[in-house]
Amino acid sequence: MAIVELKNVAKQYGSSGNNAVDNFNLVTRDGEFVVLVGPSGCGKSTTMRMIAGLERNTEGEILIGGKDVSQVPPKERDIAMVFQSYALYPHMSVAENMAFSLKLKKRPAEEIKQKVDEAAQTLGIEHLLDRKPRELSGGQRQRVALGRAIVRNPQVFLMDEPLSNLDAKLRVDMRAEIVKLHKRLNVTTFYVTHDQVEAMTMGERIVVMKDGKIQQIDTPINLYDFPANRFVAGFIGNPSMNFLRAGHADGVVSGEGYRLTLDEAHRAAMASAKRQDVWVGVRPEHLRIGDASGANRVEGMVDVVETLGAVTMVQLSVGEHAVTAQLPGHQKVQIGDTLTLTCDSDKLHLFDSESELAIGREPTSQPSAAAEA
Amino acid sequence: MKSQRFANTAMGVLAWVVALLIFFPILWLLLTAFKTEQQAFTVVPNFFFSPTLESFKTALAQGSGYWHYAWNSALTAVASTVIGLALAVPAAYAMAFYPNKRTDFLLVWMVSTKFIPAVGVLIPIYLVYSAVGLLDNALGLTLLFTAMNLPIIVWMVYSYFRDIPKDIVEAADIDGASIMQTLFKVVLPLALPGLASTGLLALILAWNESFWSITMTDHSAATLAVYIASFKSAEGLFWAKMSAASVLAIAPIIVLGWFTQRQMVRGLTFGAVK
Repeated sequence: MAIVELKNVAKQYGSSGNNAVDNFNLVTRDGEFVVLVGPSGCGKSTTMRMIAGLERNTEGEILIGGKDVSQVPPKERDIAMVFQSYALYPHMSVAENMAFSLKLKKRPAEEIKQKVDEAAQTLGIEHLLDRKPRELSGGQRQRVALGRAIVRNPQVFLMDEPLSNLDAKLRVDMRAEIVKLHKRLNVTTFYVTHDQVEAMTMGERIVVMKDGKIQQIDTPINLYDFPANRFVAGFIGNPSMNFLRAGHADGVVSGEGYRLTLDEAHRAAMASAKRQDVWVGVRPEHLRIGDASGANRVEGMVDVVETLGAVTMVQLSVGEHAVTAQLPGHQKVQIGDTLTLTCDSDKLHLFDSESELAIGREPTSQPSAAAEA
Repeated sequence: MKSQRFANTAMGVLAWVVALLIFFPILWLLLTAFKTEQQAFTVVPNFFFSPTLESFKTALAQGSGYWHYAWNSALTAVASTVIGLALAVPAAYAMAFYPNKRTDFLLVWMVSTKFIPAVGVLIPIYLVYSAVGLLDNALGLTLLFTAMNLPIIVWMVYSYFRDIPKDIVEAADIDGASIMQTLFKVVLPLALPGLASTGLLALILAWNESFWSITMTDHSAATLAVYIASFKSAEGLFWAKMSAASVLAIAPIIVLGWFTQRQMVRGLTFGAVK
């Protein structure tokens, strides 16, 4: 168990070009579960590989348990990693795979056996110990990879998209199991994924990345309620947030087909804002059927109706924008209908039209690690 | 359906014809080895004769030196293969798991040395060998065979190492293995079938080598290639004895090849087939 600290960490490949990771700052709590999430190529895997020592950071410092490990090779960092491909040793049995690191450390045989048995029991793979990896299913291999990591009792766990090779159902099960495992072992864990649902369900804190830069670090619920910019707003949440280009006047944002009234916080923020053209964001689940004379209204023609049972997803054309709304399960809607939707003013998000940063609305307490560092 | 079957039959026949054409020299060699010198010299091909072991007796007779040559062949082939693998494994490891900008160029450059005909470098090598006293020397010949096969060995071992996912090497790194431990406990066991076929190929190439063996040795380090050539003497050609000698020279390697066919096929596909 250890606190992991990244200070101004950057990675540059070659001598020119943009940094693959830039100015990365983060301090974990001891035993925290941190998820790095973002689209492919955002630098999340590179960041994890720098923590592992598989890549060297070209700038900044990485501290594990207060010790700068930037120049320390992986094997001396006391970390364990679970790879996307599992990376099990194909020529060794499950037990040998799990025992490998302990054998290299020259631990006594009884201790190794006891630790391997313990880990196998935790993961429910006692009956597989004599098998070779090729004789196992994907889910079983995943467990062995986890087992190999936990027998070492490392200071830090690193998991690089460990569930992405599993089928959908198994992924959901393993998700819960990894969270349980973490609760029990309480080891500081970094978890890389491109799947925002995985990030939201597993992370105590989530680092959202794009183009090598941190977009926001926060708890899942704060990312959902208070996205720092338009990218985070669109990335977190499923289905993703609707964005409408709007002009602002007197506490009202409007455009072709919609008119939305701002609440006090947004009004105050807009009063001091430089620009009066903004992006308005509203989540599909916050839209509901409204009436044409309401203070908040979004009007458009229905293009697509998806009946999912519990909810009905409706897509409409509002002026030049496509807007998705999540309506109740038995809502009667037909393609071609004209629909008026509404939502509460305090569910709206505003983003600067140029910088795309959020306007107004801050979480009451933001546990931003970047600020601490 | 019918034309398909005809095509299949035709292909089969063609394959047999080609196979027989390729095999014919070896068959003829075998037949000649069991003939007398007179039978071997007939102008009309003679397939039916009463076989005799006379030529083999002469070829193996004391004074012919078969065992001396065979020992040299075995020694230089095995030694050059072992040294070649020992040099190639670290080189291939570096190139496969820690490639840099110049790795591809380096590989092509190494193999390009095989484009030069051996005779092109004969004079300088001969002069150097003569100066340092490596002529007609088993060590000298071993070094030549090693140099000759090294590009192929490196290339093959490299391609086998490349088949090993980098994640596995990184996992070993994180698990606390040193480079040597990673090499011996993870990489080499996984590449063992590939290493075996690479070694076999190197062994066969060295065993069959004749140009350097004949030009750089006289007697003490001479291999079976020299032994075969010795049957072409000033007094004339001894076809039957030469054939018997050739059969004796190629027999060990053919037997070895026969037992290791599967490895060989894998080796020659350069790791493409898993």
